[in-house]
Amino acid sequence: MKGIITVLGKDKVGIIAKVCLFLSENGINILDISQTIVQGYLNMVMIVDLSGSKAPFDEIYAGLKKVEEEIGAQILLQREDIFDSMHRI
Amino acid sequence: MISRSEIWETNKMIQEENLDVRTITMGINLMDCADSDLSRFNEKIYEKITTKAKDLVKVGQQLEKEFGIPIVNKRISITPISIAAAGTKADSYVSIAETLDRAAKEVGVNFIGGFSALVQKGATPSDRVLINSIPEALARTELVCSSVNIGTSRNGLNMNAVGRMGEVVLETAEKTADRGSIGCAKLVIFCNAVEDNPFMAGAFHGVGEKDCVINVGVSGPGVVKRALESCRGADFETLCETIKRTAFKITRVGQLVAQEASKRLDVPFGIIDLSLAPTPAVGDSIAEIFQEMGLEQAGAPGTTAALALLNDNVKKGGVMASSYVGGLSGAFIPVSEDNGMIQAATMGALTLEKLEAMTCVCSVGLDMIAIPGDTPASTISGIIADEAAIGMVNNKTTAVRLVPVIGKGVGETVEFGGLLGYAPIMPVNTFSCADFIRRGGRVPAPIHSFKN
Repeated sequence: MKGIITVLGKDKVGIIAKVCLFLSENGINILDISQTIVQGYLNMVMIVDLSGSKAPFDEIYAGLKKVEEEIGAQILLQREDIFDSMHRI
Repeated sequence: MISRSEIWETNKMIQEENLDVRTITMGINLMDCADSDLSRFNEKIYEKITTKAKDLVKVGQQLEKEFGIPIVNKRISITPISIAAAGTKADSYVSIAETLDRAAKEVGVNFIGGFSALVQKGATPSDRVLINSIPEALARTELVCSSVNIGTSRNGLNMNAVGRMGEVVLETAEKTADRGSIGCAKLVIFCNAVEDNPFMAGAFHGVGEKDCVINVGVSGPGVVKRALESCRGADFETLCETIKRTAFKITRVGQLVAQEASKRLDVPFGIIDLSLAPTPAVGDSIAEIFQEMGLEQAGAPGTTAALALLNDNVKKGGVMASSYVGGLSGAFIPVSEDNGMIQAATMGALTLEKLEAMTCVCSVGLDMIAIPGDTPASTISGIIADEAAIGMVNNKTTAVRLVPVIGKGVGETVEFGGLLGYAPIMPVNTFSCADFIRRGGRVPAPIHSFKN
């Protein structure tokens, strides 16, 4: 199962590092990553492969919420299906 | 691969424009619970509902998390109780309503609908017991919703039932007078009721349905409004195309959630109901869509045309996105649940008569309208008859959900809270229709019902 992670918040050192560290610890492979910084705000989108992770979705979600608190930026993890359904026929 | 802008578009719809899955509604057949003993019947329905729906809320919450989209309500619809409970031969069904309320609370759903009777052509003794039980049932329960179908395009109108329902609405208002007559917010009188509607208060599980089924209602007036901001001043073709595209995207999300819920609950998928259902939140309003289209306020000349094109294009976008679009699908126009409608009614732009005209082209009917508490029952019946006639002649579902607010008059407001919102009390035409309603009997089926 593929997931989309979006991160939105004030840019500072180590945001991507912390998210990536969490993902690697949980066996989640990053397939694509892109980011922009507009007026000091970081806007990052990651496409990840969740199938390599032993943890259930709930646990990964909860873990990311902890990272969210640490870095002070909003992190969303969603299944890719919702975007596929809406934008692809 | 999905592009960055597509990801942001979806998430903006959810976070800023109030896109949500309004409800996952599980339809449950209760006919196999029939029993000649009332308390045994109550035990059986409690058992069946709490077994079938035990994971409904949990699965709803999981999907909310995985897709990152709010699923606002989880609900249950059941076989109309007047049919399922007929075998009990009881003289009151209030205890059944209380059982339903307990079952709904046990599984954690927001509403349970189907304290209902279908009397379009005539009432059985059981239908009469149910209708007589409605005021007490709605006063004693919190989550139970009730509906009565009093006409169809195929059968005509049951005017005895129309007359009786005017009284029932008023009795329900009186029994809940201490809470702003809120009982009436849980009671709908239909013409051409549909059997797979997931929206309350009119949901019930039709007799032609499977034992258990998942229906999903999606909503997003805010998303449509925002999309229309991008085509200000453009012609109607562009306007309609934009609504259609937006409706398509919204419905696809509903389809995904419905399929996933159906798989996890191991219950077959029924239909997607794409209804633009407003909430009292700013930016989640049908009236604001009208304003975006170019009307100063909802109710201004042009409102019926605006609603007609909105409703039609929502349906067109919806049917392309899912093979099983059903329920009511279109635009709801409840007054108390829509911030822009409340404003329009308060400043006198929107009247009951204009709302009646709008119901000819919206998805349902006169919805969540507060009227003076001293309105006679026969006048309420007259409004029900007018609305049902519109449905009967135009082959569409129409409904009436009026709240006569006991102790209050025109100019005052009533607060229902939550999704039900608040409403100014609107004036009702005070000329009498009592002799007309008193005639009773049936209005025969209209000429265009003879299609065989």
